[in-house]
Amino acid sequence: MERVPVLKIGDILLVSIQIDMSDQTAVTLQEDLAERIVATGAHGVIIDITALDIVDSFVGRMLSTIASISKVLDAETVVVGMRPAVAITLVELGLSLNGIRTALNVERGMELIAATREDDLGVDEAEGAESGSAATSA
Amino acid sequence: MALTIEESGRLAGLLAEHAERVVQRWTEVVAASLRGRLSQAELRLQVQELHRSMIEVGAEGLTDVQSERAAEVRAVLAELSRGRARQGFSATETAISIYALKDVLAELADSGDVELRDVIAFNALIDQMGLFTFETYVQTREGLIADQAEQLLELSTPVVKIWDGVVAVPLVGTLDSARAQVVMERLLQTLVDTGSPYAIIDITGVPAVDTQVAQHILKTVVAARLMGADCIISGIRPQIAQTIVALGIEFGDIATKASLADALRHVLRLTGVETARRHARREA
Repeated sequence: MERVPVLKIGDILLVSIQIDMSDQTAVTLQEDLAERIVATGAHGVIIDITALDIVDSFVGRMLSTIASISKVLDAETVVVGMRPAVAITLVELGLSLNGIRTALNVERGMELIAATREDDLGVDEAEGAESGSAATSA
Repeated sequence: MALTIEESGRLAGLLAEHAERVVQRWTEVVAASLRGRLSQAELRLQVQELHRSMIEVGAEGLTDVQSERAAEVRAVLAELSRGRARQGFSATETAISIYALKDVLAELADSGDVELRDVIAFNALIDQMGLFTFETYVQTREGLIADQAEQLLELSTPVVKIWDGVVAVPLVGTLDSARAQVVMERLLQTLVDTGSPYAIIDITGVPAVDTQVAQHILKTVVAARLMGADCIISGIRPQIAQTIVALGIEFGDIATKASLADALRHVLRLTGVETARRHARREA
């Protein structure tokens, strides 16, 4: 059976979907991802759908579910690389992928996760990690 | 069927016998109708060409303009009417180039060179030829219009980069479904190609915003959001703002600005605030 690989980059997990998703692959991906988030303590999940020609309600729901699971495990999910044609189709179908954050490409997605974490931890960092940030900026 | 084989043969014979006189008179009548907008020499060439093809085909049997044998006559007619359509002559002026032959035949009948019965039969064929010319004329014009519409579609939707990571689409003219689709596709593609997270849709050049136009713009914004880019709508004129409110159109949480400059400032502030905050943190 086909599996979707989950790659770890720093504290972010990268999932690049390059195959047609079936019920079984979707369930397996959700299980794999949940396990990896717990195992690695990752704080961000980037789902790259550049290779997907078709995003239907099934894939949309799967993305929502993954986002929810990740949220429970304290990881931010960003969907990246949606093609223009896919976006137009989703709008025409009236599917808006509620609760899913998006970015243009993997790089922007990583920036977005970093920015969100900075905002979340902004107070702690500003107070507790002053010496650390000063060191990095120097 | 307009002519019998015998009639067609007689027509070819007549045209060949009085070739010089027919071409001369034909050219004169057409020239008079076009009032000197086409040179006499050019007209004469066209008439000669048509005259020659009618004799050639007529000898074999030019019974019907739509028939297989008349292909050459049709080609000459099509070329003539296409030329007229492109040069901006009216449909009447194009058809007269063919119908002038009727006058010439009437004159030949007056001088007793051709029987009246034959003239009537020949006229039926000339009518057919005229109709064919007219059809080609309309087709050519329609083709021109379609080409122009396509060019307009391509020309009128530029997506320009105005800052690092900021692209703008200045919309000009009425936004119908076809154009909205092109704008949407082109904008989204540019977002992907340039990796810009911000897009400004400027509607200064849109004369009127109705619910349909608003719907198109909203769809574009939602699609861009799905891809991870933010859209700002700018260039909303006072009257348009009033129409939008009167129609009850909701732009929701989409940022709207009065001018392109305001929109750009807004985007720069969005990106600028972060750096400012970072600076503040570093300084602290």
